[in-house]
Formats: sequence, C-alpha cells, structure tokens
Amino acid sequence: MLSVDRAVYDAIRAHGEETYPHECCGALLGREAPNGWRIEAAMKAGNTRTDSAHNRYHISPGELVKIERESRQQGLSIAGFYHSHPDHPAQWSPTDLAEAHWLGCSYVITAVAQGKAMETNSFRLNGTGEESKRFEREAIVING
Amino acid sequence: MKIFIPTPLRPFAGGKDTVEVNAATVAAALDELTGTYPDLRKHLFTGEGKVRAFVNVYLNDEDVRYLPEKDGTKVSPGDTLSIIPSIAGGR
Repeated sequence: MLSVDRAVYDAIRAHGEETYPHECCGALLGREAPNGWRIEAAMKAGNTRTDSAHNRYHISPGELVKIERESRQQGLSIAGFYHSHPDHPAQWSPTDLAEAHWLGCSYVITAVAQGKAMETNSFRLNGTGEESKRFEREAIVING
Repeated sequence: MKIFIPTPLRPFAGGKDTVEVNAATVAAALDELTGTYPDLRKHLFTGEGKVRAFVNVYLNDEDVRYLPEKDGTKVSPGDTLSIIPSIAGGR
C-alpha cells in the first residue's frame, strides 16, 4: 500500500499536466510504515531525455544526489519515483522495469490524456536483485 | 568519511542509511563498505568487480566516473560518498 498526502498526490498529477505532451518525473519522499511507504513530499526533477521526452524519462544522477541530500535534511527517505505516460495507460512498460533499480521503492505512473491527468497507479519494485525484480501493483491511499 | 546508502541497499547494509569508513581513496572506501557488508557487493559490482552501469557513485557533488583519477581519487574524512542507482523509464 502507498499512503500519500492529498497535496502531494495532486501535485504529481498536476506535474504530468504541466509537462504534457512530455513525460514528467520526480522523487517521492517519505517514511517506511509497516504496510508500505507513507509519502509526505514530492520533488520535481528535470527530464534529461530531451531527445525523446514524449515517451522516455531520465533523472540526472547529480540531481538525485541533491534530492537525496534534501530528503535526509527533512528526515525522510527517497521512497520512490513518479512519472507520467502522455496519451498512454498508467501501466508499467518493459522499459520501466528494465530501468528500475530501486528495490522496495514505489514507482507511481499517471496517465495524461490530451493534457488531462487520468488514472494514477503505483507499482512497488519487489525482489532481491536484478534477476528477480518485478513490479507489483499496490493500492494508493490518499490522506486528507 | 561518510557513505550514504540509498533506500534499496539499506537492507543489505544492516538497515543503515549512513556508514562511516576510514579510507584513503574512493575504491578503498567501497572496499571497506563491502567488506563490512558483503551482501552489498553483488548490488554494487559486476562479476568482474566493476561498479555496475546503473550505479552512480558521487564524491560530494562529483560523479566519480568523470574524476581524473576515477575511483583512485583520494578522499578526506570530511568528504561524503553517495551511492545512487539510476532512474529512468518510459512507455
């Protein structure tokens, strides 16, 4: 289960509308709870894939280092990441899985159709390593 | 120096988010880290002992891959090493 504060949930969906028809991306900061992450903040990130921003995203590692530092200062952990799928369902793709390396973290995808945020789904990356990693859908609970 | 452990690797580092090591170079720092927490090794390195392609190692704000001496770069006690797996994807 992914527990998300209402303001954060709204912000990540709005980010997908802002960047449409390109993919948005960012990090989710939170705390580990017994039944999943509780997300308390989101940090927007730039999409470095300007060559193919309508269907690819990549966050520069330098920006991730800064996000990690910021999360530490807030007493939070990087709990996952979010991105949008412009004019495409909110389902993980083979590219999403191949490029996912944050085991135990949540990957949130929002479908944006014609500039409007539609469905938002969360998938937790489970497994013990690259060989066994897999996405498993988890319920999103919105607080507030 | 401090090594910051990213969320997905903390279960393999005793649950810690920071590990303190006493090393002279980046490579020695990673060696000490994986010596203390052997389960981290396969997540950080390939079978040939190279840092996995999707693992980024930053010395303070610098990507170690682009430092002139790479992982042979000398480190000081006040430096920090961040291990950051990459983030990418798309439909």
